[in-house]
Amino acid sequence: MQLAVWTYEGPPHVGAMRVATAMEKLHYVLHAPQGDTYADLLFTMIERRGKRPPVTYTTFEARDLGKDTAQIFQDAAREAVERFNPQAIIVGASCTAELIQDDPGGLSEAMGLPCPAIALELPSYQRKENWGAAETFYQIVRALADKDLKRAPREGRRPLANILGPTALGFRHRDDLVEIRKILDQLGVDVNLVAPLGATPEDIARIGAADFNIVLYPEIADEASRWLERTFAQPCVRTVPIGVGATRSFIADVAELAGADPTPALGDTSSRMPWWSRSVDSTYLTGKRVFIFGDATHAVAAARIAREELGFEVCGLGCYNREFAREIRAEAARCGVEPLITDDHLVVEEAIANAACELVLGTQMERHIAKRLGLPCAVISAPVHVQDFPARHSPQMGFEGANVIFDTWVHPLVMGLEEHLLTMFREDFEFSDEAGASHHAAHSPRRAAAALAQAAAPPPTAPPEPVREPEMAYAPAPATAAAVAEAAPAPAADSAFVWTAEAEKELKKIPFFVRGKAKRNTEAFAAAEGRREICLETLYDAKAHYAR
Amino acid sequence: MSPLATLEGCASEIALTERPAAEAQRPILRERGQREVFCGLTGIIWLHRKMQDAFFLVVGSRTCAHLLQSAAGVMIFAEPRFATAIMEERDLAGMVDAQDELDRVVNRLLERRPDIKTLFLVGSCPSEVIKLDLAKAAQRLGAIHMPRVRILNYSGSGIETTFTQGEDACLAALVPVMPALPADAPKELLIVGCLPDIVEDQFLRLFKQLGIERVGVLPARDGRNLPSLGPNTRYILAQPFLGETAMALEARGAKRIEAMFPFGAEGTSDWLKAAAREFDIDEIHVEQVLAAPRARAQKALANLRPQLEGKRITFLPDSQLEVPLARFLQDELGMELIEVGTPYLHRAHLSRELGRIGPQVRLSEGQHVERQLDRVRADQPDITVCGLGLANPLEMEGLTTKWAIELVFSPIHGFDQAADLAELFARPLRRRDLLEV
Repeated sequence: MQLAVWTYEGPPHVGAMRVATAMEKLHYVLHAPQGDTYADLLFTMIERRGKRPPVTYTTFEARDLGKDTAQIFQDAAREAVERFNPQAIIVGASCTAELIQDDPGGLSEAMGLPCPAIALELPSYQRKENWGAAETFYQIVRALADKDLKRAPREGRRPLANILGPTALGFRHRDDLVEIRKILDQLGVDVNLVAPLGATPEDIARIGAADFNIVLYPEIADEASRWLERTFAQPCVRTVPIGVGATRSFIADVAELAGADPTPALGDTSSRMPWWSRSVDSTYLTGKRVFIFGDATHAVAAARIAREELGFEVCGLGCYNREFAREIRAEAARCGVEPLITDDHLVVEEAIANAACELVLGTQMERHIAKRLGLPCAVISAPVHVQDFPARHSPQMGFEGANVIFDTWVHPLVMGLEEHLLTMFREDFEFSDEAGASHHAAHSPRRAAAALAQAAAPPPTAPPEPVREPEMAYAPAPATAAAVAEAAPAPAADSAFVWTAEAEKELKKIPFFVRGKAKRNTEAFAAAEGRREICLETLYDAKAHYAR
Repeated sequence: MSPLATLEGCASEIALTERPAAEAQRPILRERGQREVFCGLTGIIWLHRKMQDAFFLVVGSRTCAHLLQSAAGVMIFAEPRFATAIMEERDLAGMVDAQDELDRVVNRLLERRPDIKTLFLVGSCPSEVIKLDLAKAAQRLGAIHMPRVRILNYSGSGIETTFTQGEDACLAALVPVMPALPADAPKELLIVGCLPDIVEDQFLRLFKQLGIERVGVLPARDGRNLPSLGPNTRYILAQPFLGETAMALEARGAKRIEAMFPFGAEGTSDWLKAAAREFDIDEIHVEQVLAAPRARAQKALANLRPQLEGKRITFLPDSQLEVPLARFLQDELGMELIEVGTPYLHRAHLSRELGRIGPQVRLSEGQHVERQLDRVRADQPDITVCGLGLANPLEMEGLTTKWAIELVFSPIHGFDQAADLAELFARPLRRRDLLEV
């Protein structure tokens, strides 16, 4: 058993729902108990869809167990086909139905339905949402693709591509697709099919007509694309065009497969990010320590942008989906950090607290962790909340995506000049470390509480009360300790070091966003040197020792 | 001819006790099929806010954790006092002993959260289907961790409970551990059902003014300080979904005070008066105490009446609050009821409200969501009360909706919330008329 408050991914049948909801004229008959319809809300509320997901839940109850659950499934399937008249259905079980072993695949096969019924085996107790989406898409493609389809000869026609991977509830999938179509237009490539998003089962039948595939989201389309490679000899573009560099590589890869000239697409004048990043206000971004966590695809892309396009230092990199851990490990090696592969948010919280970073890029969960630790944060990956399904055009991919990313990531940071002034005048009585950037809630009640807590001046022997949201005791102890250390430089009661009043005062003068790190470094240095007392000398010896 | 006569399922009979003569003939549409409802686990979202020293540990699957996270919205971020012990392949394959695993998880949890005084082990569909004995686990762990932590168990599974029935199951689990009152103790009042603190305080003030001295509340804010219970306890339900809790209270000798539910000026008056009658409070005194707050509520409701009067409303099943709320909207705001759907109809507890709802109103219990939506489309009500899985899709079809879950999460009981409750229904209608684009 795994203790969890927050889960980065839902169960695999939610992945199947994401594929079914993305498609048209496909229906999902899901063997599931009452209550599993909660998942509809993800689509109708978070993504704001104006249609119910095309899912029929059998909704069995305790009194049905052991007698007619199989019959209930068949009735639900028959009714769904009659009512919705889909071109195909997918059938499967949720976690509870998996335990009662009714075999939806066999049951629907025996019914002689007027449309194909694709059976899904989604092991709920081993696998998760992304895997469920990938498996569902693969099974649909395998079942519906017309294997006898012969590609038309290339002479006298434009190249054809499939765009694979966009789903319902995908982070920015809607707008990424717009950008990718734009690039293909510039390269003179026609789109044979986008799938799952917007495709019907009949469209899927023609998937073999394309000259090559473009996998936008490996988490969802990788497995299907490999089968297509084997079955139709369709080569595949696997470069994910997030960031300016990655977009250029993507254009080159597509152009090569299409036999097209990449120049018009590469010369896209809407790409402002490189100049924004070179302009002098961005100088202060140099070497900013950034912690990155999310799904592997977005995390790897973000790490590359951070290093090569914004001049950040990546001080932490990880993903929650084990299936793509290899990609994270490779990128972490390039960044010179330990990869973090975990789906336990408490482990992530601890890693962030220990990384002494200045910016967190992550999911909805990291947004909260960062809020708690008082760190700037931007969202780069699902799971996300309703505000990350925006009304405005906000892609992550292509040159416009890079523009969006620059704005999104830099916004939470203090603007360069303002940071400089804050540092210059931090002794000024009207400034305090607690005053953040002018475009954020710098005077929130919490900060006021912090000021009060500091004014109350706890006795030096007792650790000060951390200023945190109520009910935070669930946070891991190390993070708590770190948070306390960040909140107040006074040594904790159990600290092995004695800070002189002078050194302590000096520590307070260090900008708050690096103070925790300075304190830890100084203590580590003191330990190595065998010094128990930390005075001004020690502080500056340590600073010299760790100088970047 | 009633539209019901043509619908299957209306003729089915259920055994009923003590129903009023008028009720006996009332046809109820009972349907089975897909139900678009939450399971009882969702109750944890508000129960853990109420019981400040309690922790809710669901033993379930990733789906359960995902549901709680989705239902809690951003509340998941307040590091709430609930979590899921997610069962994995190893637990199902018998590679590890589920009870040992549970011990490990609970011990880790109690180490991390020394502030927990009551721990609920909450059953789910997967744990119920594999027959994981959580009652035994609660007993065993309780023996280890008492007196510091009390460990209880109930089931919030979807196969057994719908949405608010999770609260019912939880409170029913608390009843056996309530301290006993001696048989000769003076009469005491017990308010049963989770209420927002502000509402609870209003009611306690009113009972005090009425002259009822001893008033307990279930659930208590402090789980280790439960009210006492005995044959001289008279309990009054603040929520309509507490059938199991009521049975558990009756089993310990407590007696129910028959009343309407405290929604609106009339519902709240009826509720308070019923309690006052039970405690032999002088009627003139009761009138004096209630006159001012009731007048305040009526005045506030009068302001909203023009927006709601004559508007046609349908309730889809969600929380069992549907019947009392329908009564309130019909009697106190002049709305016209089209269909009132409820996941479960407790005729005895709702008898006073049911008596007010005319025979032309379609009452339905249970759900076949597709057929019910066909009826909504045919009826074209001015406003449809439904869950969030249906609200936006119905809006897209041009129907105005009110999402039902808010009725469970907002302060809506009592005199001073009567207008807030009406406003919840008036707002979507006003917004519909306001928007020009």
